[in-house]
Amino acid sequence: METYSLLREFADSWMLLFLFAFFVGVVIWVFRPGSTKTYEDPSGIPFRHEDKPARKGEGNAKEA
Amino acid sequence: MTNYFKLIVLGVIALLALIAANYARDLAYLVNALTVALAATGLFIWTLRKTDEPVPNVDLSGQYMDGVVRAGVIATALWGVVGFLAGTFIAFQLAFPQLNFDWAQGYMNFGRLRPLHTSAVIFAFGGNALIATSFYVVQRTSAARLWGGNLAWFVFWGYQLMIVLAATGYVLGATQSKEYAEPEWYVDWWLTIVWVAYLAVFLGTIVKRKERHIYVANWFYLSFIITVAMLHIVNNLSIPVSIFGSKSVQVFSGVQDAMTQWWYGHNAVGFFLTAGFLGMMYYFVPKQAERPVYSYKLSIIHFWALIFIYIWAGPHHLHYTALPDWASTLGMVFSIVLWMPSWGGMINGLMTLSGAWDKLRTDPIIRMMVISVGFYGMSTFEGPMMSIRAVNSLSHYTDWTIGHVHSGALGWNGMITFGALYFLVPRLWNRERLYSLSMVSWHFWLATIGIILYAASMWVTGIMEGLMWREVDANGFLVNAFADTVAAKFPMYVVRGLGGVLYITGAIIMCYNLFMTVKRSPAVEATNSVVPAE
Repeated sequence: METYSLLREFADSWMLLFLFAFFVGVVIWVFRPGSTKTYEDPSGIPFRHEDKPARKGEGNAKEA
Repeated sequence: MTNYFKLIVLGVIALLALIAANYARDLAYLVNALTVALAATGLFIWTLRKTDEPVPNVDLSGQYMDGVVRAGVIATALWGVVGFLAGTFIAFQLAFPQLNFDWAQGYMNFGRLRPLHTSAVIFAFGGNALIATSFYVVQRTSAARLWGGNLAWFVFWGYQLMIVLAATGYVLGATQSKEYAEPEWYVDWWLTIVWVAYLAVFLGTIVKRKERHIYVANWFYLSFIITVAMLHIVNNLSIPVSIFGSKSVQVFSGVQDAMTQWWYGHNAVGFFLTAGFLGMMYYFVPKQAERPVYSYKLSIIHFWALIFIYIWAGPHHLHYTALPDWASTLGMVFSIVLWMPSWGGMINGLMTLSGAWDKLRTDPIIRMMVISVGFYGMSTFEGPMMSIRAVNSLSHYTDWTIGHVHSGALGWNGMITFGALYFLVPRLWNRERLYSLSMVSWHFWLATIGIILYAASMWVTGIMEGLMWREVDANGFLVNAFADTVAAKFPMYVVRGLGGVLYITGAIIMCYNLFMTVKRSPAVEATNSVVPAE
């Protein structure tokens, strides 16, 4: 099969399915139980470190 | 030691640029090569003066890197005025063709200045606004200083050099004739280098973030940076005719080239003018309203929906062309689907003010941001409608398109940028407040009325023009000659020009206000400007 037809067939079958499933998955993931509480924290990010960066071990540090 | 290395590199660049200028095949290339030589020589001298001087060893990790943001704010304001001025001038050139002066023929006629205007407002004004605000926002929301040290400065100055090379090239006739991608091959290569550095600085800062979560504004900024890199490289695949000339030949041809161009063109709107500016919205609207974004869940869905759908919308620029029907139908359908995430985002921005609507009365900056989100909603409704094939058959090639673009660009991009500038300047220069709030109100009303004059006159003239072009008499002959439509459009062209005058007047008032804020406004009591020694 020539490259165009091959890519074309892949694009409008498996890739399409993957993209669609990924998107639907994101939407479902966002509404998972308990997510309202989880997202309260990130929505406050702009109000935390206005003046200077977080110092070591301060604030909402990444794990460890 | 690194300075010696820098001196060698700068010296070599200056030398090569001068050699290139010597062999230059055309005027644009000559001027651009001399510009590069001048910039490299200037940097050489600047670096030389610093070489072997003692370097104070200060630990800056406890501070944000705001110098480059300040420079970006100044560049945004200045390029904005330049771009608006060019736009207003070419608007009057269309109304009064005498303004295509005989003595400047071939340099300052409409055809040469039009890409200068579009690139100045999109890439110089909008691009600088995006770079400056993204550097500001990514630091605050990651609680980390910019990664890469002076690489951020390279991004800033490299980007300005790109703008100057492109602008002088346009006036002197170097263009590859692709809308919003006019710069010739060597400017494209340079922008690619600058853009990779930009991505590195932005991503590096995110990687070393101190917050666990990547704030949604950064997702939008990051998608803008990555997608623009991809679009830029694919749409600018071209082979130079000579390394000493500005002319290049596109790798694609015919309908493939057209499709690539509008895949690029529409996603320049989608990711440069939309995703990037949504990053601004998701930071500055909550900050100015002093409350978190209305729904964080909605912002995540907004992001993924926008990313997944926008990329397919390009073919609606090519209805009734050699492009296969299925492709243009695909573009049309995705454009209409796009309406939903766009309005989801608009609602999210507007509802952030719920419970704080009184601020609209007292705070002209939030008013600016709200009307910008309103214009975002309006133009993302108008766009999908115009992408429908039947509507497009009336609107395409008419001034309606130009009106649509400007309600998005002046209303959404312009207003949110002005709001961000008013937010940033007091903070970046450590001032208590803006110099004058009533000047902000003046700016708001001048800009709003200017946009309304612009959009309304373009609706009228666009629809009139479309109807005149398709009007046939009983025997099936066209009723109007093209020149008839040109004559009929004159009053609307004057109104459009006046709208531009109002808009640029507002921008000049803003520049004065921001300048006086830095000059005159009282400084914030120094409590947090110095990091205490621990």
